[in-house]
Amino acid sequence: MTAARELRGLRPTRSTLLVGLLAGILGFALVVQVRSRQETDVFPATRQEDLIRILDDLNAREDRLRQDVDLLERTRDDLTGEVGQEAAALAEAQRRADVLGILAGTLAAEGPGLRLTIEDPAGSVTAEVLLDAIQELRDAGAEAMMLNDVRIVASSYVIRAGRGVSVDGVPISAPYRFVVVGEARTLAEAMDIPGGVIDVVNSLADARVVVDPRPRVVVDALRAVQTPVYARPSEPG
Amino acid sequence: MIPALALAVGVVLGLLVQPSVPVALQPYLPIAVVAALDAVFGGVRALLDGIFDDRVFVVSFVSNALVAAVMVFAGDQLGVGGQLSTAVIVVLGIRIFGNLAAIRRHLFRA
Repeated sequence: MTAARELRGLRPTRSTLLVGLLAGILGFALVVQVRSRQETDVFPATRQEDLIRILDDLNAREDRLRQDVDLLERTRDDLTGEVGQEAAALAEAQRRADVLGILAGTLAAEGPGLRLTIEDPAGSVTAEVLLDAIQELRDAGAEAMMLNDVRIVASSYVIRAGRGVSVDGVPISAPYRFVVVGEARTLAEAMDIPGGVIDVVNSLADARVVVDPRPRVVVDALRAVQTPVYARPSEPG
Repeated sequence: MIPALALAVGVVLGLLVQPSVPVALQPYLPIAVVAALDAVFGGVRALLDGIFDDRVFVVSFVSNALVAAVMVFAGDQLGVGGQLSTAVIVVLGIRIFGNLAAIRRHLFRA
C-alpha cells in the first residue's frame, strides 16, 4: 500500500500531474490576488453599483462643499469690498497728509537735489543774500529745503541778528549750508545765472559758494505743526 | 507531495513574476480562488477518507472555480453582483469549514 503510493508519487501519472498543475495555478492565483489587493487601490476592484454609490456620495458632498464655497466667497467679497474702500480712502488721506506734511515742513523729505554751501569767514553775507538764495531756489522748483538744520517753509523769514543772521528766530552763522530737494540740474543752473546767488556771493569779500548736486539728499529738519487760531477751512462752493 | 510542491512553485512564481490582474478579471479572480481553495480542502478530506480520485478532483476544482466566477458574472449582469458574490463566498466558506472540520477529525480524532 505504502509502496504503491510511493511509486505513484515518484512516477507521476497524467492525472497526478494535472492535480499538481491545478495546485500550482491555485498558488499562483492566490499570490497574484493578494498582491493585487495590496498594490492597487480599492476602486479598480470595486463593482459597479458600489462605485455608483460612492460617486453619489461624492456628488452630494461636492454640492454641499460648493454651497459652502459660494457662501464663503460672498462673505469674502463683502469683506474685501469694505476693506478695499477703506484702504483706498486711507491711502488717499495718507497721500494728502504726506504732500501737506512736506509743504508745511512737518515731515522729513528726501530725493534728488543739491547741497549749497556759502562759506563766509569775513561775515559779509547778509540776510538779504540768504533770502535771495531761498527765493531763487524756490523759483527753480525746490520742494523741500533746510538751512543749517532749520526747515524753510512758506512763512520762513531771514533777518539780521547781531553779527550773524536769524532764520525763523533761530540764530545761525557761517558757513550757511542749504540742503534742497528738487531737480538738481535746474536748481544748479538757477544758482549760476548772471546776477544770481553765485554771482552775488563771489562779489562779496572772502565769501565763496559750493554747489554740490546729488542724486539723493535728505531734508530732515522738522517744524512743529501750528494749528491756525482764526482761520477755518471754508465750505467749497 | 507533488500538489504541495506545485502549490509552493506557484506561490514562488507569483511572487517572482508579479503580474497585474486584468481589469475584466478583477471581480472574478478572488471568488475563483476561494472556490479552488474549497476544492483543495475537499480533495484533502477525500484523501484522508481514502476516496481521493484525481479525476474527481480535477473536475471539481475546475468546475468550482468556473461556476463561482460565472455566478458572479451573471450577478453582475443582473445587477445583484455584490449580493451574489457574497452568497457564493458564504456557501464556499461553509463548505471549507465543513471540510476542515472533517480533516481535523481525521488528524486529531476530535
